[in-house]
Amino acid sequence: MLVPLSWLRDFAPFEGDPKFLAETLDDLGLVVEGVKHVGEGLEDVVVARVLEINAIAGADKIRQVMVDAGGEALSVVCGAWNFAVDDLVPLAPVGAVLPGNFAIARRKMKGVTSNGMLCSGRELELTEDHDGILVLGKAGESGAPVPGERLVDALGIVPDVVFDIAVEANRPDAWCMAGVARDLAARLRLPFTIAVPPEPVHNESATEAVSIAVVDDDLCPRFTARVLTGIEVTASPDWVARRLTLAGMRPINNVVDASNYVMLELGQPTHPYDLDQVAGHGLRIRAARPGETVTTLDGMERRMGERAIVPSDDRRDCVICDGNDVAIGIGGVMGGESSEISATTTRVLLEAAYFTPMAIARTTKRLGIRSEASARFERGCDPEGIDRAALRLCQILSLTAGPQFRVDPETIDVRGPVPKATNVRVRTARVNAMLGSDLDDGAVTGYLERIEFRCQVAGPGQIDVTVPTFRPDTSREIDVIEEVARHHSYSALPRRRPAAPQVGHLTPYQKERRLVRSVVAGLGAHEAWTPALLAPGDHGRAGMGDDGVKVANPLTPDESVLRRSILPGMVKALAFNAARRQDDMRLFEIGHVFPPPDEERIKRAFARTGETVIDEREMLAVAFAGPGDDARTAAGAWMALAEAIGVDDVDFIQSSGGDSGDSVPGGLHPSRAARLVMGGSDQKQGEAWAGRGTMIGVVGEVDPGVLAAFEVDAERQRVGWLEVDLDFLLNTAHRRQEVVTAVSRFPSSDVDLAFVVDDAITAADVAKTLRGAGGELLEAVTPFDVYRGSGLPVGTRSLAFRLRFCALDHTLTDAEVGELRRCCIEAVEQAHHAQLRA
Amino acid sequence: MSGATGDDSNDAVLVAEATARVAGAASLDDLSALESELLGKKSTLAVAQRSLAALSLEAKREAGQRLQAVRKQIEAIVAERRAMLEEVARAERLAADRLDLTEVRDVPWRGHLHLVQRTRDELEDVFVGMGFAVAEGPEVETDWYNFEALNMPPAHPARGMWDTLYLDLGEPETVVLRTHTSPVQIRLMQAKFPPIYAVMPGRCYRRDTPDARHIPTFNQIEGLVIDRGISFADMAGTIEAFTTAYFGPDIHSRLRPSYFPFTEPSAEFEVTCTICGGDGCRTCSHTGWIELGGCGMVDPAVLAAVGLDDEMWSGFAFGFGIDRCAQMRHEIPDMRVLLENDVRLLRQI
Repeated sequence: MLVPLSWLRDFAPFEGDPKFLAETLDDLGLVVEGVKHVGEGLEDVVVARVLEINAIAGADKIRQVMVDAGGEALSVVCGAWNFAVDDLVPLAPVGAVLPGNFAIARRKMKGVTSNGMLCSGRELELTEDHDGILVLGKAGESGAPVPGERLVDALGIVPDVVFDIAVEANRPDAWCMAGVARDLAARLRLPFTIAVPPEPVHNESATEAVSIAVVDDDLCPRFTARVLTGIEVTASPDWVARRLTLAGMRPINNVVDASNYVMLELGQPTHPYDLDQVAGHGLRIRAARPGETVTTLDGMERRMGERAIVPSDDRRDCVICDGNDVAIGIGGVMGGESSEISATTTRVLLEAAYFTPMAIARTTKRLGIRSEASARFERGCDPEGIDRAALRLCQILSLTAGPQFRVDPETIDVRGPVPKATNVRVRTARVNAMLGSDLDDGAVTGYLERIEFRCQVAGPGQIDVTVPTFRPDTSREIDVIEEVARHHSYSALPRRRPAAPQVGHLTPYQKERRLVRSVVAGLGAHEAWTPALLAPGDHGRAGMGDDGVKVANPLTPDESVLRRSILPGMVKALAFNAARRQDDMRLFEIGHVFPPPDEERIKRAFARTGETVIDEREMLAVAFAGPGDDARTAAGAWMALAEAIGVDDVDFIQSSGGDSGDSVPGGLHPSRAARLVMGGSDQKQGEAWAGRGTMIGVVGEVDPGVLAAFEVDAERQRVGWLEVDLDFLLNTAHRRQEVVTAVSRFPSSDVDLAFVVDDAITAADVAKTLRGAGGELLEAVTPFDVYRGSGLPVGTRSLAFRLRFCALDHTLTDAEVGELRRCCIEAVEQAHHAQLRA
Repeated sequence: MSGATGDDSNDAVLVAEATARVAGAASLDDLSALESELLGKKSTLAVAQRSLAALSLEAKREAGQRLQAVRKQIEAIVAERRAMLEEVARAERLAADRLDLTEVRDVPWRGHLHLVQRTRDELEDVFVGMGFAVAEGPEVETDWYNFEALNMPPAHPARGMWDTLYLDLGEPETVVLRTHTSPVQIRLMQAKFPPIYAVMPGRCYRRDTPDARHIPTFNQIEGLVIDRGISFADMAGTIEAFTTAYFGPDIHSRLRPSYFPFTEPSAEFEVTCTICGGDGCRTCSHTGWIELGGCGMVDPAVLAAVGLDDEMWSGFAFGFGIDRCAQMRHEIPDMRVLLENDVRLLRQI
């Protein structure tokens, strides 16, 4: 809201530095977003008469203009062509400083001396026009300014300061000049008054019987109407037009301007109808019938009462109908085209009403229409400020409406359930408890009475406060306490720190998640942040099936689907980088994924008992796209991660392909992907997999077809992939005990064994068998070679392991090692139909 | 070598000759050959020592001692020469090993944490140090958690303060992508009886057209304190303590009245401009202050929504953007780069 300081001064004698006033407004919560000085820097500008205009040799854009500025003829060089001899124009002489600190100096152009500058409206910050020089009139015209006269005198310009104030949604009272002035005057302890408008000149009797019927008074609890006659529609007085302009509104005509002026000044919207265009000599205020239409002032046809935001929504829109019950306007939102004020209007039906804020809010949202009036009504106007606003409008209109202007003596006032002033008991002790302050009853009542909250001390520390009707935001003790705090000043309240009764901490999950991030970063992956909202079809392109949950009102279609996996977003990030010639990288992200919920779950979420709408899972996803990276890189990274967090009961279960039923995880390379399955029988949640435990993630390689679909060069680069459900991994993981095992002080013995094993048998299974057979004396099993090729049957490979044996209490004898070796060989041969390789 | 058993002068010749020859040995191999020639079984010295057997006991001892002394001397000369040659050989070997240490090919990969995540960690740590726990919640919420329990009934005009993304779930406009982390407050108060001292970081979503200072997905951190006797002064002190701890001792905070439906009184909090230190610059529009977030005393209606008695319990809440802190701290001109994942940016911090 643009607030001219001069307008505020109508209500209280504000003085001093505008910067101080702006800071004070800020401190009151009326945040000043800008301060503009207008009409300043024009003191040196004078009116000049154009005497002659001469071409300058060798110049086709500029001319020499000889002017009379009240002394000798002056030569000025000018590049504008919109004026003629005898025009009166503004001249900034040498030495003048224009708005924006623009100093005028004597210059010479093409050999011609310029003794100043002829100014455009924009250069003077008087208008937006910069197409030519501001022409003030013609010399000799009546009322025209005299050459040499100061421009500010000629135009009656008074320097002013305009504050741009952001008014919070809960302060409708402050959304007008009087309201800002009230707050500011209270803080500065200045007397504040809103002048009572005089009674207008009345007709001797009513000229027109107008009937007003309010059908739905819950939508419109108070409606007043006055009949104004003998109006000449003309321009507003200069000062009204100027104030409207400074406040950011365009002057239109004296009737509309008066209505706007009153709204800006007092916060009460009013609506003038051309009475002769209102059929049936009256108005009916009622809820619109679904589908009823109104053509509003802006020429748009609006359909009422149709779209419900939610089924339970009250879809009644308040419409104003003429006496024949035809809707001619949307109550509190926008008037209709048919009864608009025109040049021929002579009689006005003036509406000043109070509409129910929630009804207006619903209507504006449903119809997608907003106006200065609706914005005020939906926040809550003062139902008791209506008469003052109407009288003020009559007062302003009377200045220009002509000698015949009269107001009918009868005011129609239809009152329904009008909000009343609320009474609140305020306890001084409670004020101090909430604010940490040390105020007494007198201080509290002082702050409140200065903003027109009536206070009555009911007993020590007990104050009965009557909240004025212009403060709909204030109805409870806590609301009044906020007012005390605001006027005491937030910065004057003490500061202290509460002593938390607990030791600050992260949960074990949060600590381990940080560990996971450091481990993965240590493996060379950069942490990424990919959007949780994907484009339709991204899941399909990533081989992950349907889209899942959709956004009802996306900003762009590209961000309209909630991700079910981090994979599509991550591959997009790889593609984004590849397009910028950034190829080799590893990326990771920890973020939520959103599996579509079933109906039952959604219902439970609405029970407000803590159940979430979606079983959101926090996932770790890592893409390995470095040189030489592939599925093994991902598998190795998983092992390092599992070791770091102490998980040792997770198996890789790789799809065996074909009709085996254990499908390949979506988006991954069919023969280079495994599920990570956590063992144990106490897993209550999650997808059980192959009867062997809970699936907690996948590891492998991104399907090259998926890479190609997102324009990542699958020929050049394999992309290893690891995606793990951290909720499972960190919350329900079986942990190795964090107890140190003693290490032997006796020498160890190594045995190398190589087995020829069918390709279907995993190396991990063989290692597991070896561990079982080696028992406690087997210190380590390290795979060290894989061989395929000549000498081995097709479909098999040789897997070589180094076994290290060691006893805690003695050096193992050759016989003992021999026996262990024999057991291990036998176990593997039996369990896996393997053969020891000679 | 008749003089092998001869006199001292003969010995001296022997030693001198050996010294000269040893000095001429150019390599360890030459030296070993020479050593065997001078001291080995067939050497003059060995022959002479063996020939002593024929002498009288007296003479044998005298000559034996003399020859042994000669042997010792030659051995010492050889050892010295060997040590010298070994040192030379070692030096040559190491010199041949010379590496240009800037000729590094396989730099180990080091990943980087995202700067928003790092900022979040740092903020969490500051609050943990002040005695807070860290709580989290879902990103998809019902209208009740995101708005209604926070004192914004349906169609409340204040809902317009957030441009909300709704999901196609349940009744229209009832399931939202949370517009702020405040619903976690409600979940926390439902799950835990006071006292509560917690911060709640997380991703939020708004239907905002992205620009240099706004992205539709962003990270916020929310704080909530509920205890007996908590006042506005506790809130102002907590925010000031956080400000100086996170931004540095010269950065302070100030509060000014504002409006949020879920707090009363409500405040906007600003911190000293980190660019100009409060002197006034373009970044802070010459005010010396930068708006960081909102805060206020928890509204009694919010306490009522979770069944807490507002006469017994009071508290405050505050919230601000993690990305905004990262933007200030790392001087990121345009927030939109945070979501691009350009690896050249990711690996900078």
